[in-house]
Amino acid sequence: MSIQSQTLVKRHFSLRQQDARTAWLLVIPSLVIILGVTLWPIIYTFILSFYHAPTGINQVRTFVGLGNYIEMVTDQLFWDTIRRTLYFTVVSVGLEMLLGLGIAQLIHSHPWGWQFLRFALIIPWAVPTIVNGAMWRWIYSADFGALNALLMQLGLIKHYIAWLTLPNAAMNLVIVADVWHTMPFVALVLQAALATLPIELEEAAAVDGASAFQRFWSIRLPLLRPAILVALIARTVDAFRVFDIVYILTSGGPAYKTLTITFLTYLNSFPFGKQGIGAALSFLISIFTVIMAFIFIRLLYRPEETQ
Amino acid sequence: MMAGRKVIRKVFLFLLTLPVFFFIFFPVLWLFSASLSTQVELFAIPMHWIPYHPTLQNYLDIFFPSLAASTVPRTFAVSLINSVKIASGVTLVSIVIGSLAAYALVRIPFKLNRSIQLGIIATRMIPEVSLILPLFILASSLQLINKPILLIVTYLSFALPYAIWMMAAFFQTVPVELEEAARLDGCSRLGILFRIVMPISVPGLISTAMFTFLLAWDEFFYALIFTSTLASKTVPVAIAEFIGRYTVNITGMMAGGILAALPPVILAFLFQRYIVTGMTAGAVKG
Repeated sequence: MSIQSQTLVKRHFSLRQQDARTAWLLVIPSLVIILGVTLWPIIYTFILSFYHAPTGINQVRTFVGLGNYIEMVTDQLFWDTIRRTLYFTVVSVGLEMLLGLGIAQLIHSHPWGWQFLRFALIIPWAVPTIVNGAMWRWIYSADFGALNALLMQLGLIKHYIAWLTLPNAAMNLVIVADVWHTMPFVALVLQAALATLPIELEEAAAVDGASAFQRFWSIRLPLLRPAILVALIARTVDAFRVFDIVYILTSGGPAYKTLTITFLTYLNSFPFGKQGIGAALSFLISIFTVIMAFIFIRLLYRPEETQ
Repeated sequence: MMAGRKVIRKVFLFLLTLPVFFFIFFPVLWLFSASLSTQVELFAIPMHWIPYHPTLQNYLDIFFPSLAASTVPRTFAVSLINSVKIASGVTLVSIVIGSLAAYALVRIPFKLNRSIQLGIIATRMIPEVSLILPLFILASSLQLINKPILLIVTYLSFALPYAIWMMAAFFQTVPVELEEAARLDGCSRLGILFRIVMPISVPGLISTAMFTFLLAWDEFFYALIFTSTLASKTVPVAIAEFIGRYTVNITGMMAGGILAALPPVILAFLFQRYIVTGMTAGAVKG
């Protein structure tokens, strides 16, 4: 190796080092903030979950080991809440995916007014979650609700019904409200993906005599897989941690019929003043989220795509 | 005959769009119509779908709170200002600090780069509920409850990772050749970021700012826990505060809800080109 090329290598190396220094300089402010408002609370929550920690003046924390976790898993309400959260997640995301895919497909077939339809989908998506919740609470209202008015004028009901107090209907009504707000996300993402698909394959298949359903099932759906996966994952993560819409529509009622896991955590942490149990539940949710994140990253985020 | 089938198909597809339009528009149009009615008319049975005596009073009360009779519009006027302040603060910090990180993560190879990227994705998924207790305990002991700065800092837990991901997606589209040419001319990394990457990415930065603003505008949980006085509440908390009360001015709240929904809806229309990028960046991947 000549002297010249040696110095070149050396210079290149120091440039890389310099680069790494610059990179850290650029990343550190964000990293400090993110670690401060996420990692530190998770660690603190983990520690807190081993203490009996009632809120209030003159209350002291006492170490109880796994006491909070044992109290948590021996409570039937905890398991009911898990079951309800899963029900909400599966039904709500399932409906969103089906409706979203259907509407994306509909827009893609370019019926009259398809541009307006795509435009209109932005409205439910952009309406803030709490405004959406309030709106549906008013729609379901027993005194002046639009649902009652509509059903009455269609002759389907004789008098107004307090929809959100019906134990078996409440969760499904929350799901309808959630679907209104989040289905456009799925529809817009899938519609954008559909618009980029190559048309030649399907045309060739059509020439070969494949039916519309066959073309959809064996060509379009597999090509859409990445977009479907992105939408599915994003929605699952969000649905699992649903809080705002439950808070505003039902506050977990009637009789805990719409109580979800994040809401149970909130109740224990604040109104019930049982911070230890709240911390145990919080930590459980964090662990579950990290596991989900890990699975999703493996599914979606392949190394060759990054660098 | 082909033409006939085509027309039938068109009509059939059009008929399919009608229930979709109904589902999208019925709730919002009813809400808007109800916000134009008086409290008395709202309770009419059968429903007046379009108020017989429409009035802008509910909106005027919010814009001129000092003249309003009930507390609802006064609180909304204050909380709208709070929401604007807090969402703007969060957006500003996220863009300024996040753009630096996004550039480094996209363009500079260094140890831990990938781990940091994955960590940021995972952070986005953690629910606020599981971070709240320590933040609340710390904020109480520092007497930060009800202070806007507390909401701005805690909102960064979701806004900053989001902004980093979305900007990373835009920075990735800047041609590497441009940067290499600049480096050969002796431009430093920071010089490249500020003189080349940022100027090219202005539309991306603006749309990231818009989506970050929307996220902060939408936030409810931290605001619920970290505010206790009417003067410090954001719009979502103000709505939640009033909705459980029976004697409350409902049409006034409906007007407040419409006003709270307007900024995000207008922003979303203006930036619709970027919505899908914004959605998927927020979701999982840039």
